[in-house]
Amino acid sequence: MPDAASDRFEIRQAVDQLSARFPGEVLAVAVEKGETAVHLGKKGLILVLRFLKEELGFNALEDIVVLDNLRTAAEGGPRFTVLYQVGRFPAAVRLRLAVAVGEDEILDSAVPVYRSADWAEREAYDMFGLRFDGHPDLRRIYMPEDFEGHPLRKDFPLQGRDGGV
Amino acid sequence: MAFKEIDLNMGPQHPSTHGVLRLKLAVDNEVVLRVEPVIGYLHRGMEKLWESLTYTQVVPLTDRLDYIASLSNNLGYVLAAEKLAGIDVPRRARWIRIVLVELQRLASHLAWLGFMANDIGAMSVLLYGFEARETVLDLFEEYCGARLTIHGIRIGGVPRDIDAAFAVRVRKVLDGIPKWLGDIRALLDENRIWKQRTVGVGRIDAADAVAYGLTGPSLRASGVDWDMRKALPYSSYDEFDFEVPLGRNGDVYDRYLVRLEEINQSIRIVRQALDGLPEGEFSAKVPRVLKVAPGEVFHTIEAPKGVLGFYIKSNGTDKPERVKMKSPSFINLQSLEHMCKGNLFSDVVGILGSLDIVLGEIDK
Repeated sequence: MPDAASDRFEIRQAVDQLSARFPGEVLAVAVEKGETAVHLGKKGLILVLRFLKEELGFNALEDIVVLDNLRTAAEGGPRFTVLYQVGRFPAAVRLRLAVAVGEDEILDSAVPVYRSADWAEREAYDMFGLRFDGHPDLRRIYMPEDFEGHPLRKDFPLQGRDGGV
Repeated sequence: MAFKEIDLNMGPQHPSTHGVLRLKLAVDNEVVLRVEPVIGYLHRGMEKLWESLTYTQVVPLTDRLDYIASLSNNLGYVLAAEKLAGIDVPRRARWIRIVLVELQRLASHLAWLGFMANDIGAMSVLLYGFEARETVLDLFEEYCGARLTIHGIRIGGVPRDIDAAFAVRVRKVLDGIPKWLGDIRALLDENRIWKQRTVGVGRIDAADAVAYGLTGPSLRASGVDWDMRKALPYSSYDEFDFEVPLGRNGDVYDRYLVRLEEINQSIRIVRQALDGLPEGEFSAKVPRVLKVAPGEVFHTIEAPKGVLGFYIKSNGTDKPERVKMKSPSFINLQSLEHMCKGNLFSDVVGILGSLDIVLGEIDK
């Protein structure tokens, strides 16, 4: 599949520009199965997103994925990883940004940069309990308002709880 | 008339909300000020469930997401899983998949056309559209016994080969579709009522459409040339010759025209696939229990509703650590408020219809 081979140069170029601009924020770069993931510090996230969008032309935030590392993280390590799947279209260049977040930490909202992040962040809040600073209206999106707990966390039982919805 | 803001509730049991969607509307007389979609009535916790199933067991559940186009969901998930597990799919299997998913796109657009016209009040189109769709569903039934939740694409390939006799019947169905389309277009294209309800209604320009993350025919109706089959070709799409129809105005009427033209392009692709169907196996050898080395992938396809993506993370066992679905309807529905603002209350139904959402996919 001409998935990654054709645009590898453009991806590498974008990553190089990103590392040059934010030397302290880019923690690691990993290429796996033709997909490039950039690990970032939590603080610079919005600056990086803005740079990607406004200067490197990444016009789409395709999805926000949250991972619960409850079983895999080292003792005291950050509980969640938040992945931002950004893309430059129609040139079809894709990058994945990964940010580690602790259970009580708050991330900056991506909505001021990418409007499409609105519901994705509400979903992350609903399913994992992640909070986003600067989100216009951070409420549950799937579960009822008075629901307790966050279903996609690894410690939430698959069959639900007694007395639950 | 004096300004008076009224809150209106629509749904979740409203006939034109395509499932169980609730809209909280604020209107000033007849003009829409705000729309807030309330979703989650169909939330089954699919992503949670998938973490407890093996890679193979997930496939039939993807049928229940966008149940109007279940084969496209199968393909989206299966391609991501194959990429993660490093499975090479035989060329014949890839081509059979294209026959299936393009027939599915055609059927999905025909269903959409019927629902959409029915929402606006043209009930005869619903009957024409569904009668045409039935002929395609009959093909699916013949292929694997199911019509709606088809499960016709498996990890490694497809469950059954197709033979010359089946190809003849597919061609016969394809030959019949333009007649239905012609009848429908004769009813709608220049119909004064249809045009009043659709032209200039629910507009979104290209910049806003991209900003809201809109994808699929609704995005292309705003003139943005962005189709995953061309941008990041998967499953041999780069070997096919087809066009991506674009609209100009980004209104309901253009979304209608774009989808109609996509039906023609799907017919073209299926014909090419049947003409040049390569010899070979219809499925790769895949172990019964598929264990996948740790890794992660994000893969997208162009589903009938828009860009459908699957992120899968594996942990070395036979079950995924996490599966996240990028649902096209979920993201497209976000832009509903932008499209409805300033339009008449009675047009909300038409605009919602033109987005082509399926609640099974939004609520997951």
